[in-house]
Amino acid sequence: MLYREAGQFKASYQEDSQIFPIRQDRIGIAVVLAFFFVAVPLFASQYWLQAILIPVLIFSLAAMGLNILTGYAGQLSLGSAAFMAVGAFGAYNFILRVDGMPFLLAIVLGGLCAALVGVAFGLPSLRIKGFYLAVATLAAQFFIVWALVKFPWFSNNSSSGVISTQQVEILGFAFSTPESKYLLTLAIVTVLALLAKNLVRSSTGRTWMAVRDMDVAAEVIGIRPMRAKLSAFAVSSFYCGVAGALYAYTYLGTVEPEGFNLDLSFKILFMVIIGGAGSIMGSFLGAAFIVLLPIFLNVTVHSTIGSWLPASVGSNLELIVFGGLIIFFLIVEPHGLARLWQLGKEKLRLWPFPH
Amino acid sequence: MAREFGEVILDLQNISLRFGGVKALTDISFNVREHEIRSIIGPNGAGKSSMLNVMNGVYHPQEGKIMFRGEQRQKMEPHMAASQGIARTFQNIALFKGMSVLDNIMTGRILKMKCNLFHHALYWGPAQREEIEHRKKVEEVIDFLEIQSIRKTPVGRLPYGLQKRVELGRALAAEPTLLLLDEPMAGMNVEEKQDMCRFILDVNDQFGTTIVLIEHDMGVVMDISDRVVVLDYGKKIGDGEPDEVKNNPDVIAAYLGTSH
Amino acid sequence: MSFFFEVLIGGLLSGVLYALVALGFVLIYKASGVFNFAQGAMVFFAALTFVGFQEVLPGWTGLEAGGRAVFWLAFALSLASMVVLGILTERVVLRPLVNQPHITLFMATIGLTFLVEGIAQAIWGANVRGLDLGIADEPIEWLLESADIIVSKFDVFAAVLAGVLVAALAMFFQYTKVGRALRAVADDHQAALSIGIPLQHIWAIVWAVAGFVALVAGLIWGARSGVQFALTFTALKALPVLILGGFTSVPGAIVGGLIIGASEKLAEVYIGPFVGGGIEGWFPYVLALLFLLVRPEGLFGEKHIDRV
Repeated sequence: MLYREAGQFKASYQEDSQIFPIRQDRIGIAVVLAFFFVAVPLFASQYWLQAILIPVLIFSLAAMGLNILTGYAGQLSLGSAAFMAVGAFGAYNFILRVDGMPFLLAIVLGGLCAALVGVAFGLPSLRIKGFYLAVATLAAQFFIVWALVKFPWFSNNSSSGVISTQQVEILGFAFSTPESKYLLTLAIVTVLALLAKNLVRSSTGRTWMAVRDMDVAAEVIGIRPMRAKLSAFAVSSFYCGVAGALYAYTYLGTVEPEGFNLDLSFKILFMVIIGGAGSIMGSFLGAAFIVLLPIFLNVTVHSTIGSWLPASVGSNLELIVFGGLIIFFLIVEPHGLARLWQLGKEKLRLWPFPH
Repeated sequence: MAREFGEVILDLQNISLRFGGVKALTDISFNVREHEIRSIIGPNGAGKSSMLNVMNGVYHPQEGKIMFRGEQRQKMEPHMAASQGIARTFQNIALFKGMSVLDNIMTGRILKMKCNLFHHALYWGPAQREEIEHRKKVEEVIDFLEIQSIRKTPVGRLPYGLQKRVELGRALAAEPTLLLLDEPMAGMNVEEKQDMCRFILDVNDQFGTTIVLIEHDMGVVMDISDRVVVLDYGKKIGDGEPDEVKNNPDVIAAYLGTSH
Repeated sequence: MSFFFEVLIGGLLSGVLYALVALGFVLIYKASGVFNFAQGAMVFFAALTFVGFQEVLPGWTGLEAGGRAVFWLAFALSLASMVVLGILTERVVLRPLVNQPHITLFMATIGLTFLVEGIAQAIWGANVRGLDLGIADEPIEWLLESADIIVSKFDVFAAVLAGVLVAALAMFFQYTKVGRALRAVADDHQAALSIGIPLQHIWAIVWAVAGFVALVAGLIWGARSGVQFALTFTALKALPVLILGGFTSVPGAIVGGLIIGASEKLAEVYIGPFVGGGIEGWFPYVLALLFLLVRPEGLFGEKHIDRV
């Protein structure tokens, strides 16, 4: 009833191409932003901030990165975690080695390092497609982690590449409490999400989707597949890199290359599949889902049937549920939670009079 | 209606194309003059689509010369053809299935858009101005093809005939000088064919676009073409105005009674 | 020089193991166009199931632990489990996804990987277990004496077994009715369906055969390095093998496996020391990547022409 667009007429193309063309959506997003920027830091517990909200935000960013590459440009990558590692170690070294390096600039430079590496490993995408490319990105995954462990320069000569991040400081303000780290992460993720949305609704996004949907036709129209694919790799890796830097600086504090392993890459892929390929919002939904699911399983299973379940089942439940859900979503709703949300909204527009 | 044609804009000389040992095209020469509707006909497997693919650089012929606007073409990639003003449609619809009608047609304007990735990321400012300016052009195409009501629909949900029309729209959005149409009327009913004929003639007439057309419906071809090339087994067996071609004994033999 | 040959032979023999896993990939890819990322997980599942049955069977049946009877019974039961797993996969995962893009199917098999690994460990536990096939892992004496080269008896046994398996599969493909149907399905699903080949039967058979191949690979690998979760990572090495050999070629899987096995060991020994070692982990992938740039269709794959 409340969710109607009747009476809202678009008088210009500018109005027609807004991110949220429906007024209720604009109000909704304002409320959501206010909630996360104001209410959450005031009322959420440290546990929620540090163990749930910050990782959800960071993984949303990484998922957004992979979503740009896989969901929009159609190039499957199994190396997202490695690009996160490049971002984390890149930012670390910029702050370590350049005196007075501002934190935000270091994060961006870390992302740019990841973008460069991403482009290098994206080069094979010009010749190969589909799972060939997926296998090629595995090369990035294994090689990058190996290199970060083997060359002690990257981790300032620490054993097995472990780095402890420096204090986060912007203009003299130290971000040391969970609340401040949360707000910093939220601000960065919000800005980058907006930029990502802008990219995918403009002609850059259209070239990506054109290459994804039919590359021969795209080329005939005048799109250069090489440029489109490499720009997708660059932007995607940039997002993953920034996510990796935040992962190190605002979430864990101490990271090692082995932490950015294939499993993490798969997790990010799962976020994209479950959240919805080709949707910026889906990246948030997917990340929240994948971060919350193990916690939810832990709590519910242990408080209910955990006592009589064999220990081996309990500890493998997560694997089984993840695997099962991926298959379930691919079969039942290949466009993920984002699509369900969309369908829900369409229903709501007609509610309560569906005819 | 007296039709006037300009210079020869596309001249194909002795084109041969092979895939491994298979000869798709053998020693084919013909030209296309500005502003004309030039049809390519022939039985299935005659090499018509291959011919189109050679024209816009998807395939590279092993032998022969291609002159476009008086210049000999070097190694040609499809996107270069596009930037020289050659647009085309495909035999099996090649729309971007995951995108809306509007976005599909907007992709046709990509070569005319100057903003880069950073403009797009910031959006407000140059990118938005450009977006709106091109949206106006695209809306003109949408009006021309009478598909206003479906502009926000994902193309995957449209019926076949409309998809063909959207594909034509995407090609038109590029404001091409040479438009290649690969069986634009295949699989259509009579009314849809009439609509499509009207659009093709209007494009030719209003915008002065030169059109190369592949079509199986002989009635349509003979009606709207200025000149017709006939291919069979990768060889040219006839070339000329519709009446000439109709009475060419080789062509009649190739079609064996199916031509009117 | 004999050191070089030792490394080479060692590499070739571990290549045989990669080839065995790659073989499972090729079978499924040929018949259904599915790139089954879960093949490694199936190898792990098979080995774990076999060891698990070997442990519990003496208690259930009163047979002598470690005896021949237990061995073959466990083998039969594991084989049956693999067949059931294969058929279930076909039913539950692939059938609903027919005609979806390849990439969707590929992602589904990544989900399957997690599911299969989880189920295997939930049933049998995650402990590292030894597996004894009764073939000693010791050097062949006459080779050691005459040429001073260490070659393990076990490795030779594995190589012979792999050879027999490949020959048997080749015969199966070439000379049986099911084999012919399989090739038809591989060529064109729709056409095969239209002449009355029961597509889903065929797929079930292929998945079952792939399960059998996984069992053999799992047994040999398990005996070599213990049955543990790490098996699934080693199985990932089969992916560069596929790129090298081409996705549809059985001989390609074998040759590719040998090349990858030999080159990674040689690279580790001769290049590794200059860059800090441990390059075995990524070298096969980079090798495959470089190879892709030269020949995207693989050694034995077919060249693909885009039609528009």
